[in-house]
Amino acid sequence: MTKDFSASATTSTEYIVNHLTHWTVSIGDGAFWKLHADSLIVSIGLGVIAMTLFWLVARTATTGVPGKLQAFVEILVEFVDQQVRDVYQGDRRFIAPLALTIFVWVLLMNCMDLLPIDGTKAVLKGLGFEVEHFRVVATADLNTTFALSFSVLILVFAFAIKAKGLGHFTAELFTAPFHSESTPMKVVLAPANFALNFIEYFSKPVSLGMRLFGNMYAGELVFMLIALLGATWAGFTLGSGMGFLGHIIAGSAWAIFHILIVTLQAFLFMMLTVVYIGSATESH
Amino acid sequence: MNELIASIQGLTAIAIGLIIGLGAFGACIGMGIMGAKFLESAARQPELVPMLSGRMFLLAGLIDAAFIIGVAMALFFGVANPLLGALIQ
Repeated sequence: MTKDFSASATTSTEYIVNHLTHWTVSIGDGAFWKLHADSLIVSIGLGVIAMTLFWLVARTATTGVPGKLQAFVEILVEFVDQQVRDVYQGDRRFIAPLALTIFVWVLLMNCMDLLPIDGTKAVLKGLGFEVEHFRVVATADLNTTFALSFSVLILVFAFAIKAKGLGHFTAELFTAPFHSESTPMKVVLAPANFALNFIEYFSKPVSLGMRLFGNMYAGELVFMLIALLGATWAGFTLGSGMGFLGHIIAGSAWAIFHILIVTLQAFLFMMLTVVYIGSATESH
Repeated sequence: MNELIASIQGLTAIAIGLIIGLGAFGACIGMGIMGAKFLESAARQPELVPMLSGRMFLLAGLIDAAFIIGVAMALFFGVANPLLGALIQ
């Protein structure tokens, strides 16, 4: 199986390392200006496809009997709205579409993990673009997940400042959660308060991004290990035949389990976004 | 030189096993406790089961988070060991 699509891979370590390397494009000097072109292309492309689909459905929406596509989008919108309403009791007009965007986009990017490992490179080669490395799961790239979660952090700050005002927000950074009445105690407690608030605000995007990255990276790596089990095919012998059969069974079982993980992680990212924004707008 | 590479690889293998094993230990105990509480409350109030099972999946994702981050880190050390890379240079 590996002989057709990755002609340079000889050992199993090389196969795995080859499939874990990104297609990097440098737009300047140094390591900071290296872009992962495959993650960018896949994530932007999927986002454009999903949002265009929603926009088309919204443009041709009827209040009569809906078609199947409109019914599907309505089910999705109502599901997300119900979840947001359970958690966030404020003005939902921005939060619910944000949650829907995050859910659908992360779900689509995660679903790329269910495609065959060597399949996308073969399809691209058939279309004429020969690339050496192409990692198609955009959320298995730490840059993508951290970009999403730090954007959520910026939104948390924006909503907190909008709800509390800039002055009250910065005052709360230094006076919560340890309150005191006398001024000397306030000065003493201010660094401790600031440190706690900094850790609280900073740990949220880090854990959010790393959770999504860890799930998708581990899933992809297990798929690669299962593919290596199938690569032991060496003619119709018992050993390689059992390896091939085992790889089909293990691959199917892991793919079915991974469907649950993919949906769960997208749902979790959406819910945590709404919870963080909600908890930032309430005062102590 | 070979002894240095072998010792780094051996210690990394032990570290990978410890990360995955201890993480799985904690995650499974946490899931067990949460699942027990869920079944108990589902038996008490069966009409709340849809809402509770939605919350249960949310908590399952949160409980597994640290373990799966550990697995991803351990697998990263397994395939592209930076400690070995520093030695090779």
